[in-house]
Amino acid sequence: MISKFEVQETNTMISEMKLDVRTITMGISLMDCGHPDLKTFNQKVYDKITRLAEHLVKTGEDLERQFGIPIINKRISVTPIAIAAGPTEATSYVSVAETLDRAAREVGVNFLGGFSALVQKGYTNSDRILIDSIPEALAVTERVCSSVNIGSSRSGINMDAVKKMGEIIRQTAELTADRDSLGCSKLVVFCNAVEDNPFMAGAFHGPGEPECEINVGVSGPGVVKRALEDVKDVDFETLCETIKRTAFKVTRAGQLVAQEAAKRLGVPFGSIDLSLAPTPAVGDSIAEIFRVMGLEEAGAPGTTAALAILNDNVKKGGVMASSYVGGLSGAFIPVSEDQAMIEAVQRGALTLEKLEAMTCVCSVGLDMVAIPGDTSASTIAGIIADEAAIGMVNNKTTAVRLIPVIGKGVGEIAEFGGLLGYAPVMPVNRFDCAPFINRGGRVPAPIHSFKN
Amino acid sequence: MKGIITVLGKDQVGIIAKVCTYLAEQNVNILDISQTIVQDYFNMMMIVDISNPAKAFENLITDLHDLGLTIGVEIKLQHEDIFNSMHRI
Repeated sequence: MISKFEVQETNTMISEMKLDVRTITMGISLMDCGHPDLKTFNQKVYDKITRLAEHLVKTGEDLERQFGIPIINKRISVTPIAIAAGPTEATSYVSVAETLDRAAREVGVNFLGGFSALVQKGYTNSDRILIDSIPEALAVTERVCSSVNIGSSRSGINMDAVKKMGEIIRQTAELTADRDSLGCSKLVVFCNAVEDNPFMAGAFHGPGEPECEINVGVSGPGVVKRALEDVKDVDFETLCETIKRTAFKVTRAGQLVAQEAAKRLGVPFGSIDLSLAPTPAVGDSIAEIFRVMGLEEAGAPGTTAALAILNDNVKKGGVMASSYVGGLSGAFIPVSEDQAMIEAVQRGALTLEKLEAMTCVCSVGLDMVAIPGDTSASTIAGIIADEAAIGMVNNKTTAVRLIPVIGKGVGEIAEFGGLLGYAPVMPVNRFDCAPFINRGGRVPAPIHSFKN
Repeated sequence: MKGIITVLGKDQVGIIAKVCTYLAEQNVNILDISQTIVQDYFNMMMIVDISNPAKAFENLITDLHDLGLTIGVEIKLQHEDIFNSMHRI
């Protein structure tokens, strides 16, 4: 029988350490919505999403009450629109984004991901239309998230797309300049994107996924931090063991919620994403974990090692706790969504270059980083190329979510609001890379991609 | 199906009586009960059988929470699965 100690431990984790299930994301295939007429396509998309996700939010709220654990976000991911809208004769997909936004509002989810294209080896006609539609789509919608996969370990890097995305990010920033270039916070450029990621802004329902499924993202930086505070000054073996044990418990809570949600909604359970995802709330921070591990600030020498340890042990602890682990699974290091990361930037401890090094060992990339509004498209493309190279060579997902804040310079603050937080504008290396980016073409796949 | 009730708050006369009276009205059987008082702070955990309650589980959660508000303590009812999954392999 459950002991009083165990009940107390769980409830303290929830009430004091911000243990929660970060997101229940319903993946919906739009493969059967194809139609030459754009209006008909949009109607089919709207009808399908609102039918399948009708009870998503209610089910999430019921589970929250039944188990007494907060489920912060209920979200939707859909088939990349560049694939789903392929059969239409449209020349712009902005109206598709507006349809997705309406559907998201109707069912009450705060974000819907999948205004996406997978162009790691080249563009289809539909991919071009989608990418050209991104800046306007993100300016006129509130809840739609977009992502573009520009490289993979199997295919190499599509450098034409890298260059293009530098321009698209700038245009998106300019179209939302009145809101601190907020549009860019909903746009992710990936290398090795995963198809079952439940976390925004990079979620989409990949072509290999089923008709409909439930993916769950667990979190819990606060719980890990507290567990490590209790074992201060121990050696690395005990440190790792503590992270593993904590990750195990956190993941088990997510697994329970995922299975129960899938059962109630009558759709299969896809996977659990074991990620430590911070929020702007104090105590819910990855950078605070670094402090407890013995680093004065995130960015101090040792930070990459600390992140590698954290990431690896979250996976080791979580893998045994869930029957299906997927998504990104690791630690997220978004600057604007993590209070102690923001402080590290403001104190000059954390630079863009150190963040880049950190992305070699964690699950994502340069995430929610505000850069000066006058940063050129080719410089942004250069940063994307660097991150994509890290992902391609190391067989891992890397992502870039940069926000060139129009009208703001280094040290000024960009405000995004809510879960997206705020971020100080970070300096970017000013040396030119335009001739390199302008070469165009495709970087061949690395030698270790030939595994067959 | 079992539920776990936790009660936390300043100690006073009749906390257990009020909770138990409500549970009896709802046909909820108490399987285990343990209670401690540390520095005037009342801390109780109950394991209850919720296979056949008079009201739906969701309503029991709300009622107990509201009952807690009237007494001035915090009462939570949670499905046992959350604890089983986190603490048992």
